[in-house]
Amino acid sequence: MTTTPSTGTIIGKAIPLADAPGKVTGRGKYADDLSVAGMLHGRILHSPHAHARILAIRTDKAEALPGVKAVITGKDASTPYGVLPIGHDECALVVDKVRYIGDNVAAVAATTPEIAEQALRLIEVDYEPLPAFFDPLESMKAESGWIHDTKPNNIEKEYHHEFGAPDAAFASSDFVREQRYYAGEINHAAMEPHSTLAIWEPDNRMTVYSSTQVPYYLHRTLGEVCQMPMSQIRVIKPLVGGGFGGKSEVIPIEITAGVLAKKARQAVKITYTREEVFYAHRGRPITVIGMKMGLSREGKINVVTARVVQDGGAYCGYGPVTVLYSGALLGAIYDIPNVKFDGYRVLTNKPVCGAMRGHGTVNVRFAFEALLDELAHDAKLDPADVRRRNLLKAPCVTVNGLRVTSYGLPECIEKVVERSGWNKKQGKLSYGRGVGMACSHYVSGAANPVVRSNMPHTTVHLKIDRDGAVILYSGASEIGQGSDTMQIQVIAETMGIRPERVKLIAADTELTPVDLGSYSSRVTFMAGNACIEAAKNMRAQIYTAVAKRLGCSAEELEPQGEEIVSSKNSALRMSFDKAVIAAIDFHGALVASGAYTPPEESRGGKFKGAGVGPSPSYSYSAQVVEVSVDTETGHVTVHRIVVAHDCGRALNPLAVEGQVIGSVYMGLGQAVQEEMVWNNGRLMNPTLLEYRIPTTLETPQIDCIIVESNDPEGPFGAKEAGEGSLAATIPAVANAIYDAVGVRINTLPITPEKVLAAIQEKRRKASSNGGAR
Amino acid sequence: MTKEIIHLRVNGEQRELAVLSHELLLDVLREELGLTGTKRGCDDSSCGACAVLVDGVPILSCVAIASCYQEAEITTVEGIAPPGALDPVQSGWAEKGGSQCGFCSPGFLISAKALLDRNPDPSHEEIRLALSSNMCRCTGYMQIYEAVKYAIERGKEIRAEQAANVGSRP
Repeated sequence: MTTTPSTGTIIGKAIPLADAPGKVTGRGKYADDLSVAGMLHGRILHSPHAHARILAIRTDKAEALPGVKAVITGKDASTPYGVLPIGHDECALVVDKVRYIGDNVAAVAATTPEIAEQALRLIEVDYEPLPAFFDPLESMKAESGWIHDTKPNNIEKEYHHEFGAPDAAFASSDFVREQRYYAGEINHAAMEPHSTLAIWEPDNRMTVYSSTQVPYYLHRTLGEVCQMPMSQIRVIKPLVGGGFGGKSEVIPIEITAGVLAKKARQAVKITYTREEVFYAHRGRPITVIGMKMGLSREGKINVVTARVVQDGGAYCGYGPVTVLYSGALLGAIYDIPNVKFDGYRVLTNKPVCGAMRGHGTVNVRFAFEALLDELAHDAKLDPADVRRRNLLKAPCVTVNGLRVTSYGLPECIEKVVERSGWNKKQGKLSYGRGVGMACSHYVSGAANPVVRSNMPHTTVHLKIDRDGAVILYSGASEIGQGSDTMQIQVIAETMGIRPERVKLIAADTELTPVDLGSYSSRVTFMAGNACIEAAKNMRAQIYTAVAKRLGCSAEELEPQGEEIVSSKNSALRMSFDKAVIAAIDFHGALVASGAYTPPEESRGGKFKGAGVGPSPSYSYSAQVVEVSVDTETGHVTVHRIVVAHDCGRALNPLAVEGQVIGSVYMGLGQAVQEEMVWNNGRLMNPTLLEYRIPTTLETPQIDCIIVESNDPEGPFGAKEAGEGSLAATIPAVANAIYDAVGVRINTLPITPEKVLAAIQEKRRKASSNGGAR
Repeated sequence: MTKEIIHLRVNGEQRELAVLSHELLLDVLREELGLTGTKRGCDDSSCGACAVLVDGVPILSCVAIASCYQEAEITTVEGIAPPGALDPVQSGWAEKGGSQCGFCSPGFLISAKALLDRNPDPSHEEIRLALSSNMCRCTGYMQIYEAVKYAIERGKEIRAEQAANVGSRP
């Protein structure tokens, strides 16, 4: 596979994001930047208890405070909801008991933020504290006092999958290793705190602006909880200041704002503080992994088994999907004939975990790539070579039913080996300095929607009027990843027009057709394909009219600049502007639609849980990380990361590089410094400084190489770019530390304390064995 | 609670405002003046999204008491270039992918502007240090460095043009 030069004039060009002007001038509006006259300010009362029954709530003093316009409790919003049909266990405000510190108890709307804060202090709640569960391994042994009565042993869901014959495969393996891995909890820490403005309209409709990745899920849930027909509710996604999964399901703030607005019959805005963002959470769960792998002398992976326990927090959220991803994506990267997976999603009295960039796959990929590195050393093989010996032969279907249509991993590995100087460095640098390699992959959208239905995953509409402006109506949600720009490029390329001619109206449930949302890296693949279909439909209408006017056949017409020209007689030509007028004269209204539904063959197997993991296509990533370790302090300095990412086709290389580098950056944070630290259900570090996302000072040079495998079904060959590279960074760092100082750190984050302890332990053992290092 | 009258010069305009003694400069800018370009990303000076220039020096407006800034010259992201124009740092951010979600961009642009105003040709290490008080969760900073380097080059071009214009005056 080689990089294909772009044949288009727009596709494949590095172009600035379409929304950049608003973002660099401060003129673009995010949810908290919006306000309307008479708008009220909402505040939420959170639980101080991790697990407690609510005996009584008295709101009369708060209601009596001048300036307070509405006070609501669980009885005002008692319809349970959840992103999964099997997990409607959450209310925007609790009804009977609180299940984590920070759970939502009551809310107030008042004329000023200060009055709203004061009113919260006047709400009296009688709690009966209950025993709480904080450790997932303890929680899943609980015989009674469960967090949800319907979930025995506090197990939200468990899944058990077995493919091939794992036991026999271990028996025939030359090298077998089993390790325990632990990954701490991670928050998205998007720079924009969640914010929702709900406007009660004079005609008893409601307009909601919210920082969401999923405006249509919000639309549906607002309808259910506010008990209003969806047709009376309009959800608009303004600019969103980062998502990474933290805004990919309905967050209590969004429903609370809607319920307050409905009760007050006014506009209400609520914006989370940063501390509230951490407690609203939905991030990557604490994960305990027992992994066992068998390797042949030749370096072939015979078998892998994984027992995965995820600490899901107090409600279901995306939980079952998260744990299923951790098992499903053991497949579709290497050729492994025998796989066993036992996955448990466990409830604890902590904030809810959910989808975060690389959803479900990241911690297990850390375990896998670190264990593979150990086995490579056991077999005295180059870790890069071991990966080369386990490649898939695409197209193929894996043992767990995942269809792989394009596979740029071999080229990714070669590129990073070459660019990083791997062959000169691996195992050869002086003590204290090392390189590590790892690979990862991710879905280009889920082939099966979370709510089973036959509707397309994306629909877009196109409209052209006599002014020649091409208006695209798309529900796809730009959250900074460049999806608006991508859609404009695809429309312009397919129709043969300048991108400036395309105006995008996006993510407004009243104007734009349904798109499932910006998650699981689905938008380029799905909205991109829908845009191609709509543009082709529109082009066909225009060309029919032009052919009639020019007296030729529509089939011989093609775009050239912004002209439509006959391939048989170049004298037959018409400008796009004239063509539009001709087409309107011929057809009347000029409208077209396009939609995308993943093909049947991509939707996976039939076993329980088979619905999660299948995708129309997978991206691939390989990375080499170079580190040095201070052996006196355990401090790890990451010097450079070289990443190669197979995105199918880089529709916009500027955006692809930004996504890939951003993924690596986020993986690096999880690898060496980020962790939500809990103490009996209370978060010890709910600020950005203490949570420690990397700044420029901790971020090394990241070199990005784009690999283009040209997916047969992707739009212009494209597949995902925004998540797949995150996971590999973490094990690549861990493997580099091993190369540098010979210690394996199997718990995340890899802090100086852990590294130093491991170095000291190794020295102690060495000296007790006679002093040899 | 009594309010105090303060005078600020914001983006070149003289403003008279009545503020409470505890009111933050960030809230005055966003809520009173409608200058919502300046962002609140945290509440405690962690993230740098609220940076503004006070007499040319970047400060964090989320921990600045407004009434302490009597007579100060304040520049927000909306004011770093005339209406309809872009400062070189803004062009750099747009052209080179400095903004993804864009929420941190105003703070970064203020820090970058302050850097280039005092040192028009900084080294990579100087850029890295000058931007270390701003957090970005999207970019991994590589394209932000490209954006600053673009702005440095654009700045040089502008100064060369200005010098040529001065030289060609009769």
